[in-house]
Amino acid sequence: MNLLGFFTRKSSAPVARERLQILLAHERASTGKSDLAAILQEEILAVIAKHIPIDRDKVQVKLDRGKDISTLEIDIEMPPLPAKPAKPAAARLTG
Amino acid sequence: MAKVLVVTSGKGGVGKTTSTAALGVALAQSGQSVVLVDFDVGLRNLDLILGAERRVVYDLINVIQGEAKLAQALIRDKRVENLSLLAASQTRDKDALSSEGVARVIAELREKFDWVIADSPAGIERGATHAMYHADVAVVVTNPEVSSVRDSDRIIGLLDSKTERAERGEQVEKHLLITRYDPARAARGEMLKIDDVVEILSVPLIGVVPESEEVLRASNLGMPVTLSAPESVAARAYFDAVRRLKGEQFPVVIPAEKRGFLGKLFGSRVA
Repeated sequence: MNLLGFFTRKSSAPVARERLQILLAHERASTGKSDLAAILQEEILAVIAKHIPIDRDKVQVKLDRGKDISTLEIDIEMPPLPAKPAKPAAARLTG
Repeated sequence: MAKVLVVTSGKGGVGKTTSTAALGVALAQSGQSVVLVDFDVGLRNLDLILGAERRVVYDLINVIQGEAKLAQALIRDKRVENLSLLAASQTRDKDALSSEGVARVIAELREKFDWVIADSPAGIERGATHAMYHADVAVVVTNPEVSSVRDSDRIIGLLDSKTERAERGEQVEKHLLITRYDPARAARGEMLKIDDVVEILSVPLIGVVPESEEVLRASNLGMPVTLSAPESVAARAYFDAVRRLKGEQFPVVIPAEKRGFLGKLFGSRVA
């Protein structure tokens, strides 16, 4: 950078401030609705718990709202299988 | 009535552990009994910053898992009366922290101390949520820099929704501590201004700690800056923050740039 550039360089802090204000307004609006994710997590957990014992930390629900695309990510970590093989579910349904 | 204070930030490397240690020393010196709890399981560092790294025998996980009594795991500081440390485990994984175990240890600590200060790990994962869950008061450590401010905003959201207080419909008392502030860069318009950060996060300011050699030196020595250089600008910021934590109200001093002749000449021009 030449000497003139040094003195005429625009300060970057106002840019940082503006970018943050826009970004956080957006992020607060989307995470503000995270109650939905919490409700989904509780209900999914309740459904699974009816059939298999599961730790509440093992069900993670993430809701991301974007401008064009919103995603709902559900991550369920299953407990390890019991030693004896379970009867196949399909057989029970037909039987 | 004991208070649980969480020192948190979202982003790593902003000065949580350094601030936990410095605030802990200042609180203890003000006559309160204080315990510092390192929640950064796997990456403990609070012991090192406090100069107690060679005295850790049992840690938080040992206590949670019933392998040691709380009294066996608490390390009393040799320099400051009323200050104790409960170290984090270095080896075991984060899953070793259970909600019930943390609740039990925090309840026991509340009975023994006036202040329980939880040093949160970075991130918004389980370690961080465990650290903040029981908090009555939170100090959000933020650097005047975009990624740190953004992450602090996330953490503030979690403090308002994922804590015991929030679940009861109450509020965690939140304070903003800005660290690594560089007055010269701020004056040149190259660093977010304190007012901007406070306005964006809308959490009351409890102190501004400048980037300082004294703080680096303090970490090297294993002595929090409030102990190693109590007259330094950084230490004074922590002492004042503690007075505010205890309810005093007085304006925050923003560290000013020490300007030389050239700085005075050109300072306003490039700002």
